[in-house]
Amino acid sequence: MEQLYDVIIIGGGPAGLSAAYSAWENGACKILIIERDRGLGGILQQCIHNGFGLHYFKQELTGPGYVQRCIELIKNKSEIEVLVDTMVLEVLRDKTVIAVSSEKGLLYLQGKTIILAMGCRERTRGAIRIPGERPAGVFTAGVAQRMVNMEGYLPGHKIVILGSGDIGLIMARRMSLEGCQVQAVLEICPYSNGLTRNIVQCLNDYGIPLHLSHTIVKIHGEQRVTGVTVAKVDEKNVPIPGTEFDIECDTLLLSVGLIPENELSNGLLLDMHSLTNGPIVDQHRQTSLPGIYAAGNVVHVHNLVDFVSEEAEIAGKFAALDAKGITEGNLRSVSVRPIDGIRTCVPQKLSLPKGGGESAKLFMRVVVSQRKVRLEVKSGDDVLFNRMFPIVKPSEMVVVEIPAAKIALSGSEITVGLRQ
Amino acid sequence: MEFIASVDVVVIGGGITGTAVLRELSKYDLGCLLLEKEPDLAIGTTKANSAILHAGFDAPTGSLKAITNVRGNKLYHELEKELGLDIKWTGSMVVATNEEEMQSLQELLQRGRANGVEGLAILTHDEVILKEPNLKVVIGALWAPTAGVCWPFGAAVAFAECAIQNGAKVMCDCRVLGFIKEDGRIAAVETSSGVIKTRYVVNAAGIYADEIARLAGDASFTISPRKGEYILFDKTACSNLVYGVVFPTPTKKSKGILICTTTHGNTFIGSNAQDIHEREDLAVTAEGMNEIIASARKLIPNLPMGAAITEFAGLRAVSSTGDFIIGASGAEGFYNAAGMQSPGLTSAPAVAEILAEAIAEDRGAVKKRYFKKDLPHKVSFCRMTRREQAAAIEENKLYGRVICRCETITEAEIVEAIKRPCSARTVDGVKRRTRAGMGRCQGGFCGPRVTQIIARELDISIPEVLKERADSHLFYEKNQADREEA
Repeated sequence: MEQLYDVIIIGGGPAGLSAAYSAWENGACKILIIERDRGLGGILQQCIHNGFGLHYFKQELTGPGYVQRCIELIKNKSEIEVLVDTMVLEVLRDKTVIAVSSEKGLLYLQGKTIILAMGCRERTRGAIRIPGERPAGVFTAGVAQRMVNMEGYLPGHKIVILGSGDIGLIMARRMSLEGCQVQAVLEICPYSNGLTRNIVQCLNDYGIPLHLSHTIVKIHGEQRVTGVTVAKVDEKNVPIPGTEFDIECDTLLLSVGLIPENELSNGLLLDMHSLTNGPIVDQHRQTSLPGIYAAGNVVHVHNLVDFVSEEAEIAGKFAALDAKGITEGNLRSVSVRPIDGIRTCVPQKLSLPKGGGESAKLFMRVVVSQRKVRLEVKSGDDVLFNRMFPIVKPSEMVVVEIPAAKIALSGSEITVGLRQ
Repeated sequence: MEFIASVDVVVIGGGITGTAVLRELSKYDLGCLLLEKEPDLAIGTTKANSAILHAGFDAPTGSLKAITNVRGNKLYHELEKELGLDIKWTGSMVVATNEEEMQSLQELLQRGRANGVEGLAILTHDEVILKEPNLKVVIGALWAPTAGVCWPFGAAVAFAECAIQNGAKVMCDCRVLGFIKEDGRIAAVETSSGVIKTRYVVNAAGIYADEIARLAGDASFTISPRKGEYILFDKTACSNLVYGVVFPTPTKKSKGILICTTTHGNTFIGSNAQDIHEREDLAVTAEGMNEIIASARKLIPNLPMGAAITEFAGLRAVSSTGDFIIGASGAEGFYNAAGMQSPGLTSAPAVAEILAEAIAEDRGAVKKRYFKKDLPHKVSFCRMTRREQAAAIEENKLYGRVICRCETITEAEIVEAIKRPCSARTVDGVKRRTRAGMGRCQGGFCGPRVTQIIARELDISIPEVLKERADSHLFYEKNQADREEA
């Protein structure tokens, strides 16, 4: 049983939903979304707090609210099919998708194009090598969030949170609201990795202490967590002897970073980026394999779902055009190289018509926080574009759009960097 | 105290040794019962070790370790087929990085031949590189083709299930408190569940074997725990590490930090060896991790540390005699299988033969005419061909629902693990039987789903589901009233 689709989208979270709508708007006639969970929406379904959608829907929404808006856009469209409770096992380089579900068994589906929109997953204790026992009560913040918000159970009552990324901050507030005692949030960096508004609204407003430049040096408890030993770290993130203190808790929540879901991307042998941990894409979100697109957290981890939707729209549009055969051939490739103060930039390359240009949005992460910096986009020594920023932070993505006329001037490489 | 059972032999301890002994005893017309103090089998040393089926060149010639190692290795080749064990016969290498170590390899080679190990050979640098391209610093190696790597918890559960299908019984959550003797001989075991009448006891209590022996009046040895720490890598890291089993040249204290790829393709490094006092101390330490990383880097300078997915520690049961303690003790009817540190996993089936023969002879028991040696073979979904996967879902819809996405473990396999004879009742028990939660997200995604499946299948509430041991609850009711009701 093999069916031919214009666009097969793997993942029914915000990236997949936005990509599907955009593909439909751009004329794709047969679109399929494959989602492994029982419903659409991905991780947003468990993000019951608000703060979503200010850019994209011009309105402040909860996670499930944002999902509902995305679903409204695609529902009752006969061109868009959805398979839930269906897990993709493998995507072949010829764009065959092999999936399983209880209802339909083993499925072979053929796409003219594929959009990878599998999102990301949380880093675990093992990845950061926290010493100590291995008792029950150590969870990633996302697991705790799912249990509290969707399944109706608590992960514990006295909580320590390691990592001040957004999920950690949100969960600090969430656990407080559930009547739990949140003892502290610990952050190994000298700054928080979360949005400023989350520090204020989730910690300060609830009187939860944030210990910057601190980490856990030992987890206690043979069966269930009984506490953690915490120490201050030096500038190389090494614990400083003599600074240790204990915090009693029955639960440790980890919010120590997110990593793109790479199983299918690796299986496709896509060119991957060592810092974003996702596939390398051009400004259309096409990967190194023609016809395979990628969007959202599977490409690089975002703080704001609005940017995920925006990127997914791009992927949906160009996948649809690709499926219809409306793509320009004979393109020249321009690499985008981050320098001075920029850690990563997506897209990592541009595919441009020979002798011409095309506007492109660049999504960048900086190395460290800086005030009053100028972003410079250069081709060789020529500055194509620059803009002042009053402040830049590693936790907040820098986004600029470079006009087509400027991009047309680029050579085989452009650089993006910060200058004081 | 209430009498709850009457058997011929009680085996104490549900690790690899105890379960192997139970299986071997079940070949005879003897009533056998295994007692395990924890909720599941194989959660002591058996769950945290190097999983290697050693060839047998290490231990001194003539020692119990050497004899049972070589015999045990042979037996695993048979058991693999009968019980459907997960084993990769990779062969092992002891590698040398200088001439002095090359000399040591010669000694190992001689000892191995004296121990009866077959196929040993010294490899040149080029021959090593053909097998393990990342071992560029190595100048030569001792190659042992009979060595392999196994899935130790799977082996213990298979031994227990084979014994069960031959009439033996297993009781978990049952702690031994003491022994009742009549005329100086073992007559019964007092346990946390009641008194069990028996004529024979086999002490396979691992790290606690000396305490159990003392309860029976045998104070002839002590056990001290020696901790070993490990770091496990994601499957994708294998090509940057090793494909088989690689030891450095051993020192007096330890076989050294080895690098090895498991039956499922995860490479690990470890373990170090720290003598400790506390028998429950399974804490991983920063110093220990640094030690094994530094040591492994001597063989592979570019360790892909970013691909580490978990760290864990296990305790070896080191006996005061320096060798295994196997056989009858001073207390009549009380037999030891103690001090089972490395190569205990490899030796277990051979140790079991020795003990079962001794007890059968003493009792005058004979072998059953119809010993059911084969277990039904199960193929995990992820190892099936696409055609087999389609057929499996056709037969059982739950094969179509993937619960653990890292390892592609389906709901059908998890339900089967909960329902089989030696059943999983905890999240870690499901993990050890199915691998759900053993992948790169370490149960982050599937942990709550496995918890829900266990609760549903065992008809218990979510807060009653355990991670591993009796007090390792995972989730709680939100509401105090619900909590009290539950």
